[in-house]
Amino acid sequence: MWFQIKIKSSLCPVYPGDHLIYKDYRGEADKDAVSIFYEMVTALSGDQPPVVMSHKDLNFIHVRQGGLYWVASTKTDASPFTIIEFLNRLAALTKDYCGSLCEKSVRMNFALIYELLDEMVDYGYIQTTSTDILKNFIQTEAVTSKPFSLFDLSNVGLFGAETQQSKVAPSAAATRPIMSHRSEQGGKNEIFVDVVERISVVIGSNGVLMKADVEGEIRVKCYLPTCSEMRIGLNEEFSIGKSQLRGYGMAVRVDECSFHQAVKLDEFDTYRILKVCPSQGEQTLMQYQLSDELPCAPPFRLFPTVEKDYGNRLLIFLKLRCDLPPKSTALNVSVTVPVPKSSLSLSQELSSPDQTADLQLKNKAILWSIPRFPGGAQLSALFKVEVPGLSSASLLEVGPVSMSFELPKHTCTGLQIRFLRLSPTHPGLSQRWVRYVTHSDSYTIRI
Amino acid sequence: MPYFGSEETVKDLKRALSNPNVQADRLRYRNYITRVIRSMTQGLDVSSLFMEMVKASATVDIVQKKLVYLYMVTYAGHKPDLALLAINTLRKDCADPNPMVRGLALRNMCNLRMPGITEYIQQPILSGLRDKASYVRRVAVLGCAKMHSLQPNTEIDPSVVNELYALLRDPDPVVMVNCLRALEEILRDEGGVVINKPIAHHLLNRLKDLDSWAQSEVLRLLLRYCPRSDDELFDILSLLDGFLSSAHAPVMAATLRLFLHLAAAHPAVQADALSRARGPLLAVCGSASRELRFAGLSHVQQVLRSQPAQYCSHYKRFFCSYSEPGYIRLRKMEILVELVNDENVVLILEELKSYCTDVSTDLAQAAIAAIGRIGRTYTEKCLDILTGLLALKQEHITSAVVQTFRDLVWFCPQSTGPVCKAVEGCDETPQDDEGKQALLWLLGAHGELISSAPYLLEGFIDGLKVEISSAVKMELLTSTLKLFLSRPAETQDMLGRLLHYCIEDEADMNVRDRAGLYYRLLQSGPDRTRQILLGPNSDPSMTVLTGRPEEPVSVWASSFNTLGSLCGTGAGPENLPAEDSAHQVHAAEEAELGFGPAEQNLNTEPEEPLSDAAAAELDLTAGPPISHEAFERLWLDLQVVHQQVLEVRRPPEPPETLQAAFLLVKIQTLAFSRADAALWKAYVYSRAGGTLLLAELLQGAPEEPESEGMLLVSIKQQPENQSAVRNFISVLKRVLQTLSSNTS
Repeated sequence: MWFQIKIKSSLCPVYPGDHLIYKDYRGEADKDAVSIFYEMVTALSGDQPPVVMSHKDLNFIHVRQGGLYWVASTKTDASPFTIIEFLNRLAALTKDYCGSLCEKSVRMNFALIYELLDEMVDYGYIQTTSTDILKNFIQTEAVTSKPFSLFDLSNVGLFGAETQQSKVAPSAAATRPIMSHRSEQGGKNEIFVDVVERISVVIGSNGVLMKADVEGEIRVKCYLPTCSEMRIGLNEEFSIGKSQLRGYGMAVRVDECSFHQAVKLDEFDTYRILKVCPSQGEQTLMQYQLSDELPCAPPFRLFPTVEKDYGNRLLIFLKLRCDLPPKSTALNVSVTVPVPKSSLSLSQELSSPDQTADLQLKNKAILWSIPRFPGGAQLSALFKVEVPGLSSASLLEVGPVSMSFELPKHTCTGLQIRFLRLSPTHPGLSQRWVRYVTHSDSYTIRI
Repeated sequence: MPYFGSEETVKDLKRALSNPNVQADRLRYRNYITRVIRSMTQGLDVSSLFMEMVKASATVDIVQKKLVYLYMVTYAGHKPDLALLAINTLRKDCADPNPMVRGLALRNMCNLRMPGITEYIQQPILSGLRDKASYVRRVAVLGCAKMHSLQPNTEIDPSVVNELYALLRDPDPVVMVNCLRALEEILRDEGGVVINKPIAHHLLNRLKDLDSWAQSEVLRLLLRYCPRSDDELFDILSLLDGFLSSAHAPVMAATLRLFLHLAAAHPAVQADALSRARGPLLAVCGSASRELRFAGLSHVQQVLRSQPAQYCSHYKRFFCSYSEPGYIRLRKMEILVELVNDENVVLILEELKSYCTDVSTDLAQAAIAAIGRIGRTYTEKCLDILTGLLALKQEHITSAVVQTFRDLVWFCPQSTGPVCKAVEGCDETPQDDEGKQALLWLLGAHGELISSAPYLLEGFIDGLKVEISSAVKMELLTSTLKLFLSRPAETQDMLGRLLHYCIEDEADMNVRDRAGLYYRLLQSGPDRTRQILLGPNSDPSMTVLTGRPEEPVSVWASSFNTLGSLCGTGAGPENLPAEDSAHQVHAAEEAELGFGPAEQNLNTEPEEPLSDAAAAELDLTAGPPISHEAFERLWLDLQVVHQQVLEVRRPPEPPETLQAAFLLVKIQTLAFSRADAALWKAYVYSRAGGTLLLAELLQGAPEEPESEGMLLVSIKQQPENQSAVRNFISVLKRVLQTLSSNTS
């Protein structure tokens, strides 16, 4: 047995301790393969086991998504990229079909997932993973659980009046199954285009930007039952590579850019228009990277002071400034400050009551969370940490500070979608949504 | 996980399924069947419901059909007699006007793994191969493979094989790829599907129509094809060129592997392909999926084995993110060490330094070890950082730093002074075995430079009774004896106590034997002891160059894009530096003492490429690096076969440049003396036509005053081959002349 992709024997997303779905394609693995895998996963130190494990001649490859292990096992020396990518795709399809990805939705829709697995893979060979083809074969309907949420109520305007808020897509709108024939949401013809960027930044102790990378993608989530051509216009001054410059103002530049194979690029070079016939479900149209150069200042600057107080107290004074334009706001900002291993307790002074800070003894770090942080604002916090046996060397243990946050309606590269057209114009109501968000992949500030 | 009261559940289900009222209500019926499947997945034995489920399969509801088939496939092996009852329904479905029903029935019929099924499935498969719906053909093609696996020892039916080969021209791409897969399985004993020129070209031309999964699979099969001529080769490569920068990682990796394989004879093409795939590979390393990131990093590591320079400027991509799991961060650190050069060393060290205080002990220790590895080239900067870390007074950090110190001292003797000072200033002793051994080794080997050494050792000897590890005890014995040789007055008393304890009270036989040996050794007099015990702690006259030579691409290309590369078996030579040097230290010591078998090091000796000798190519070739011990032994064993004065002076370049220049012509470097040494020496080696050539370059030899600064070369060889020697000398001379003329 040599090559080929064989998601052989068994293919099973398992939740720790319990397996939800198990499909044996080749009749070669024992039924206890799952328990072998589970034993191996739990025996590993740390909560993040390596991706490939082997037991006798059986190789297990797994990915973790939505709190579940998605495991494939094979007896051949297959391509790791293929198997990992396939498992990711399987998880994405499950999410498309079931609406969301969690243990509960997998449990409720197991018949649907078995049906998917049956059509996607035969005898251990991948047949197709395209939603367009699969939707012809999948007959089971997804069961969704809709928890009662206050957010839905907030969308209803006062006395039924149209409010500003109803023009904003609810965040749960994109987490529903793509194929709902009879459910009440079924009539909605919606298409979401998301520009998602992940930023990773290292700022040195002197405030100098040492590393700044942006990885971005344009994602389309389509609920339109029939396909029609969609045209997405990007900023005209969008340029790729270092040499190419377009337009006069601030260029929107990326280093490298790659497209989904279905994207037609004949108008891209001149007009920066992507043409695509989106298939149902979620797909990534374009991926791009920018390294070492940000068109704007990094979103956060930190001015720390670390001092040894009399006795065994460590004083950490943090001043955090948000350099976003005043209109944007950062959400769910959390700042992690490592403290000496022997730290015992923390007292803090924060500038507003909605912020919280606590000392996590397990990670030996202070976690300062700020739910909303408007652009241009500056927040400060004073932490007093009780450290028995504090020495000047202990100060070295403070830092580097890491942050995580979410910047809605903001892209670091400046990439914008000028227009989104469906042609020919789709009959009936079709709603188009464009959303921007920047996540922090890793944001580190050295002290 | 059987449920409590599982028998009750099965009985309930059985009753419900045979209830005519339930059977009449489609939704209720389906609901009960769903419950059966759910119980089955949870591990409950529901095989007793087989009869009821067979009945349920005769329905028009496709969802219900699918569920029942899933059940049947699982339990057919347990109830072959009952499963035969289902065959009729299945065969009827195979003739259904709806292609989806036909395909479904055929697929599940082939999946019933039970004896005797083949006679029933053969006919439907054969008609399925000629079905007008591609969906059914796809199923039928793989059905052939399934049928073959059910009766593995029967003869292969040539008509089926021919039909499958013919179906390679099928308009549906999935049918085509399935044919390849089926043929591969059926013809496994004959070496798989034949990829001849027409098939290879057909596949290459169809490549664009396939989806990415099929593409990467076909690219993998194409590895088997050898183009006849260079023209054909380059035609193929230019056809594949676009796939190299595919956004789809599996396709990119498969294409790159095929490139490396096909262009094995054209290193320039290989290098070009690697540099073109760099962008996509870096993108994979930053992918949102952690698992994909890990796979990308492992493959970057492979590429680095041949082309370390390619990624140097992208080092920032390999900085760790705090949210990443440990296994990714460890890989990234390993890569960062490889990427260090003069420009980025400061930034990389600063980054690594910030990992040293990580919450995870493993990560912190790995970061310290990484700094130590960089320290072999950039000693001073790293020593500063490591010494600073000692001030943290954290057990695991101190232990890792001391281990790193030990390795540094071994590889870079010039670091001995600062290291000893740092060890002296450190008042925290490591508590784990590895750390203790490292500290003891340092105290024994360089005790004369550490004024507090006897007190530290005394502390260990006092705690001997509670010490568990015998390895630590052995190390303690050796270092106390070594320290006794350099500082007898302070150590004599404690050595006596230690030997007494180890010989009289120690339970571990190894420790006792070692103590006895040392005791007898001391009886033969201090000079004799010194002569035997004090081996080289590192060769002080040599500056060892530890930069790993670049390996040819072919070494790792075969494991590229396979699971092996992720398990770490593919990236073999990167064993942990600590183990490596500990082994060397130990081996050297054993050999000195005379009871370690000298052959122990033979495994590091290169295997002579005898098969290549037939080619009688006398061109120099690079091979696996030779360890210092192996080289030394060979040098001492062999006679000088050739000695001559080269008419060139020593080039004034720094050793790194010399080494790089030699490497270009496949001469590997073992060691150089310092540039300012009066007696300058260099040891190099190379291979040619199956022989191994060792050479010493010497300048300013006292016994050759007439050479006047010219280089004297002495060559030793195994086995002898005069023409190789002549070739070697001419190459050597050419390089040295070029270097000298460049600078003058």
